Amino acid sequence: MTDSVAFPWEDLLRDLAPQVLGAVVRRYGDFAAAEDAVQEALVAATLQWPKDGLPDNPRGWLIHVALRRMSDHHRAELARKRREFIVVSMVPEPPRLDPPSLGAFTSCDGEASPADLASQDDTLVLLFMCCHPALTSPSAIALTLRAVGGLTTTEIARAYLVPEATMAQRISRAKQKIKTSGVPFELPDTAERNQRLGAVLHVLYLIFNEGYASSGGATLQRRDLAVEAIRLTRAVHALLPNEAEVAGLLALMLLTDARRHARTGPQGELIPLDEQDRSLWNRDEIAVGTALVSAALSRGAAGPYQLQAAIAALHDEAPTAADTDWPQILALYGVLKRMADNPVVALNDAIATAMVHGPSAGLELLNALDADERIAGHYRLDAVRGHLLEKLGDRTSAVRHYLVAAGKTASVPERDYLTLKAARLGDAR
Amino acid sequence: MKFMLMMHAPKAGWTDAGIGSWPMDDIKAHIGFMKQFSQDLSASGVLVGAEGLAGPEEARVVRAQGNGSPAVTDGPFAEAKEFLAGYWIVDVESPEQAYEIAGRASAAPGKGGVPLNMPIEVRQVMSAPPVEA
Repeated sequence: MTDSVAFPWEDLLRDLAPQVLGAVVRRYGDFAAAEDAVQEALVAATLQWPKDGLPDNPRGWLIHVALRRMSDHHRAELARKRREFIVVSMVPEPPRLDPPSLGAFTSCDGEASPADLASQDDTLVLLFMCCHPALTSPSAIALTLRAVGGLTTTEIARAYLVPEATMAQRISRAKQKIKTSGVPFELPDTAERNQRLGAVLHVLYLIFNEGYASSGGATLQRRDLAVEAIRLTRAVHALLPNEAEVAGLLALMLLTDARRHARTGPQGELIPLDEQDRSLWNRDEIAVGTALVSAALSRGAAGPYQLQAAIAALHDEAPTAADTDWPQILALYGVLKRMADNPVVALNDAIATAMVHGPSAGLELLNALDADERIAGHYRLDAVRGHLLEKLGDRTSAVRHYLVAAGKTASVPERDYLTLKAARLGDAR
Repeated sequence: MKFMLMMHAPKAGWTDAGIGSWPMDDIKAHIGFMKQFSQDLSASGVLVGAEGLAGPEEARVVRAQGNGSPAVTDGPFAEAKEFLAGYWIVDVESPEQAYEIAGRASAAPGKGGVPLNMPIEVRQVMSAPPVEA
């Protein structure tokens, strides 16, 4: 996501970013300052490595530079405190002040030995920290992309289509929140672990979704969010290979991402699953995703990500839309529905019901959702209703619901898609 | 100098006679034109920013009442005959260049490929005071 296309060690740098940050935080404990120092070290690497070549020990090089930045900041801080101390001492009857602790600052003046700091992979610890429930989702996402993903604030701002200053504020508030909430730099204990892992996976899922679902705006940069989410989830999966839900989420991402080339037309218009050119689907991603979810499911009780991945796999495995195993998909949505009270799952369940038992049965389920204030009035409810009414043959009502949905959505490709759906029915009338 | 080009759409009959009622190919042509238009502005280096706004059905007008609970009513303003559908901000050399760009947007193809000739309001964006000589 950097502008310097010529930098050949982008992946290496981004893999090392959280490890370097972990080492620096372990040394100093000051997460916010350490994070800034590591960002400076990453920038330094993009400038120096192309000139000097890849260092023998890139991780050590980065830790070394980051530590030096930390010590520069500390020295500046120390000088500031000294000045304040002198000013205060000139006042008659100076209040008792504790002298600034010199030990903490002098220790980093010596050349640090990066080897002893770099022995541990702190990627997971950092992820748990950045995805702490004390943070709002937008804050956790921004902080995760910077601290764990190694992206710059500029890159994250561009990906989320907000001004850089806005994103810088968001990240700085997130760091402040971590500081004031006293979130420790350590893995949560077993009691908390599952719940906290759920928060981590949710943040990764949101990053993926932002990159995948948005084909509007600056398409290319947002596509990179999906790539980044997959990269981070892959890292978590490598660190926690026995966590079935991690495998499930990675599988879900791969099985969804596999369809990306078929998902939009030449004008960026959305193409629904049943009209996609399946020869454009990425078979490698489908194979890896399917293997992952099959292995995860065989281990026992399935979680929501595994179930969604299993549904995605059923879609991906069907040679044509007509071959889709809808009864199996409906069964999986049934399990999902019992697991969590989620109106979006209920909406998909209504579609699967319509595919198995006919559009009227699906429409009946939608009527129940009208009473659910979490989704009542949402454009997706109108869009699905339009779709099922179209299947039922009620063109006039279908057009009306498509147009209502088009008027409500905030996504340009989705609005265009729904408007065209309405027009196509109108043309045929 | 920067200008904001505001695209207004007629409010009356938006749902019934709006873009959703056109034949599909006309809608595709319109969408294609708008995409190409933005790409051209971007490629020529004059585009500062552009956004399309969601439909007026979801718009609200908020007015403070001085009692801490602002009044929220359905918008756009009831008396308005048009609503803002989207805008571009361009950085150009002269007002005439902004008018020329607005003219191209105004002629976006509508039903049957006929140019819409919709009103585009052109407003200069305020900037810093001129440097003292």
